[in-house]
Amino acid sequence: MLHFSTWKQIAIILTCALGVLLVLPNFFSKEALARWPSWIPHSQLNLGLDLRGGAHLLLSMEASEVRKDWLDTLRDDARKRLRDAKIAVSGLGIANNVVQVRLSKPEETDAALKELRGLIQQTGNVILGTSVTDLTVTKGDAGVILIAPTEAGIQHRVTGAVSAAIETVRRRVDAMGTTEPTIVRQGSSRILVQVPGLQDTAQLKELIGKTAKLSFHEVHPTVSAAEAQQGRVPAGYKVYPGEDQEGGAQLLRETPVVRGDELVDAQPAFDQRTNEPIITFRFNNAGARKFGNFTRDNVGRPFAIVLDDHVISAPVIRDAILGGSGQISGSFTVESANQLAIQLRSGALPAKLTIVEERTVGPSLGADSIEAGKLAGIVGGAATIALTILAYGTFGIFAVVGLCVHGILTVALMTLAGSALTLPGIAGLVLGIAMAVDANVLIYERIREEIRSGKSPIAAIDAGFTRAFITIADSQLTTLACALVMFWLGSGPIRGFAVTLTIGICTSIFASVTVVRLLVFYWLNSVRKTRRTFEVPV
Amino acid sequence: MRFLPNFKGYDFFPHDLRLPFMRYKGLCLTLSIIGMALALLIVGVRGFNYGVDFKGGSMLEVQANSGAADIAALREKLGRLGLGAVQIQSFGSPSDVLIRVEQQPGGEAEQQVALKKVTDALQGQYITRRTEVVGPAVSSELRMTGFIAVAAGLLAIVAYVWFRFEWQFALGAIVALTHDVLLVAGIFALFQFEFDLSIVAALLTILGYSVNDTVVVSDRIRENLRKFKRMDLNELLNLSINETLSRTILTGCTAIVVLLALYIFGGEVIRNFNLAMLLGVVIGTYSSIFIAAPLLGYLGVKREWVGTAPQATKADAAKPPSGRANLATK
Repeated sequence: MLHFSTWKQIAIILTCALGVLLVLPNFFSKEALARWPSWIPHSQLNLGLDLRGGAHLLLSMEASEVRKDWLDTLRDDARKRLRDAKIAVSGLGIANNVVQVRLSKPEETDAALKELRGLIQQTGNVILGTSVTDLTVTKGDAGVILIAPTEAGIQHRVTGAVSAAIETVRRRVDAMGTTEPTIVRQGSSRILVQVPGLQDTAQLKELIGKTAKLSFHEVHPTVSAAEAQQGRVPAGYKVYPGEDQEGGAQLLRETPVVRGDELVDAQPAFDQRTNEPIITFRFNNAGARKFGNFTRDNVGRPFAIVLDDHVISAPVIRDAILGGSGQISGSFTVESANQLAIQLRSGALPAKLTIVEERTVGPSLGADSIEAGKLAGIVGGAATIALTILAYGTFGIFAVVGLCVHGILTVALMTLAGSALTLPGIAGLVLGIAMAVDANVLIYERIREEIRSGKSPIAAIDAGFTRAFITIADSQLTTLACALVMFWLGSGPIRGFAVTLTIGICTSIFASVTVVRLLVFYWLNSVRKTRRTFEVPV
Repeated sequence: MRFLPNFKGYDFFPHDLRLPFMRYKGLCLTLSIIGMALALLIVGVRGFNYGVDFKGGSMLEVQANSGAADIAALREKLGRLGLGAVQIQSFGSPSDVLIRVEQQPGGEAEQQVALKKVTDALQGQYITRRTEVVGPAVSSELRMTGFIAVAAGLLAIVAYVWFRFEWQFALGAIVALTHDVLLVAGIFALFQFEFDLSIVAALLTILGYSVNDTVVVSDRIRENLRKFKRMDLNELLNLSINETLSRTILTGCTAIVVLLALYIFGGEVIRNFNLAMLLGVVIGTYSSIFIAAPLLGYLGVKREWVGTAPQATKADAAKPPSGRANLATK
């Protein structure tokens, strides 16, 4: 029956009022909102990057680079373990993604195997029993032991590296002073960076395009890089190229004296004598001690500062540097010094990030899109309202009220959920209105049909609402199935559209059926007070 | 409520019209099958004009700082950069230009290099309003997910229809929906409209809209099957289509009016999306009337599941049972 209990009426009206309250802040400026009492909601609808303008970058971490770093660490760990166990090694190298250990005495193979198996770690969920080892340590030819990372182990390392990279990227982006950047993981090896309002992405790309691994190395005392390249490179040393392709290469000890992760601060500055841009830095205690010891022992000799495997400068140590602070000079410009300082402050990236997708929208286009969306919304909405009232008279007015409630609640829910309105989202919103109208069309056509078949007005209205509801639920649920698939699979524009569509479907049943039914209930009550017989104005 | 004017709406639809849809079901189905085959053929021969999302490469929307854009000069200037095929077209207003640079060989970083070359070349004369750069890895993924999304959407819908109705209805729905998607895709391939991620979203929405239509007709068929147990199936299908026709037309008109507003005023960026939606609504409305229901005439529907319900009269107000309709015992 068409009856509504009092508490139900109150609940419906309160829901609508709450919707209005949630939508209200969208019509005021931020300054005006600040003066509102605190109990009124203040949050405004988030605009997507395509509407407010901004940059969207999808970064991908190279698994191969993570693997290479891990293999390097494994080799060093293996060397250390065998040395501690006093097992002599005649060769230690990496080939085909496997660390090969050649023992001096093949009879020590079993002891070495036991020692090296200590490197194996479990990854995955130990409690669920899905854990797997991250390495396999096996015997190769006589006296050779192979240490090979497993696929699961690499995956685990990549996941960890991405988490670390997200933190680093966040610190670097924050250093740019932009507002509300979003930095999130996407999939297993990707990072999504969204910076609203940013138009020129060049600086952002420079900042996150470098791993910025800084290290301080000992220079080989006698052999020069050129000599090493011709002949044999001494064990434990490696030739590092200079910053530009020509000269500047140095033969350096591979294990650095101090690494960049022991820096606590780095700032751009100017050299007081030459007035060139430089970077001043400070080590933490452990770093300061190591650097101090090294410089004290090597006064008069050069050392090299290496950034991302390139030598940026190789100054000669004049005095022991005991205070833990120093400066790097190189061929910096003011800008590049500033950038490197930011990168050093925010730490190195575990591996290089490649940009696999970039989308930017300028603020002028965003504003144009909002204007266009508004205009289309007004025209489309007005046409829908006119059509509905023309077709269904007084009941058409009720349907229009239902539509307004639908629109308000959709925007309110989106504000509440914090989901952003995108350009396809506007289309979804407008389409949701068309779908909401469909519910009313179904009900009213049904009422007309029942009247034609000779039912009394009240019975016809009642039958119209009850019968049409099944159809409405069916049709909305199928659309919902579609929207959920879009949300599940979609990225970017598809997802924004799916969110608005889903919310629109959920609110349309309440707005177009429940609210309209309540209005019809009020109308019936008022009509029955004044008249004995009446016609249904559809 | 007292101050509200009481006036009747204008019931413009002639309800006593009994259009003989079912008489032409063979013709409709043949035409639809030919349409689908043609669409497949066009997609196969011409292929899609994939956007940056699916093809990879770069796209820039730029605006001349003053006056109209000189497309010939731009073409000449960007052609010299050695970036392979560079497409330049005006976009909306005379000062706006859309530049597309094909995917550069060599991987992800090369796309960034190409973008930098183009923006450097435009420096000073144009402001960049929008850029999209999609590398080879992402574009092939997006192509894949786009395809899976449409297929999964189709399956989700069919599963739901199967759950709510008989399998014949689900089969009718899947044919009608495939028809809609194929035809819209065919038109996009024929006119080489740009096909990107937003078109996939449009296709999914078209699925949603079209099945909405189909479900409304199917609901009525189910109801009538209970009401008129002895009626000839073709006649019953025809009656059901006719009874829901006023709703089909009115909702279709509202959707088309709204989409037209979006198409005309909604801006250049989502114009293709709106075009796909417009086509889809028209084709989807057609398919639920001329494909889904007539197909039932061929497939036949088990009539006995109407079951124990008493012989209903037209005024019978019994609600059709929810849940799977054939649960009723014989």
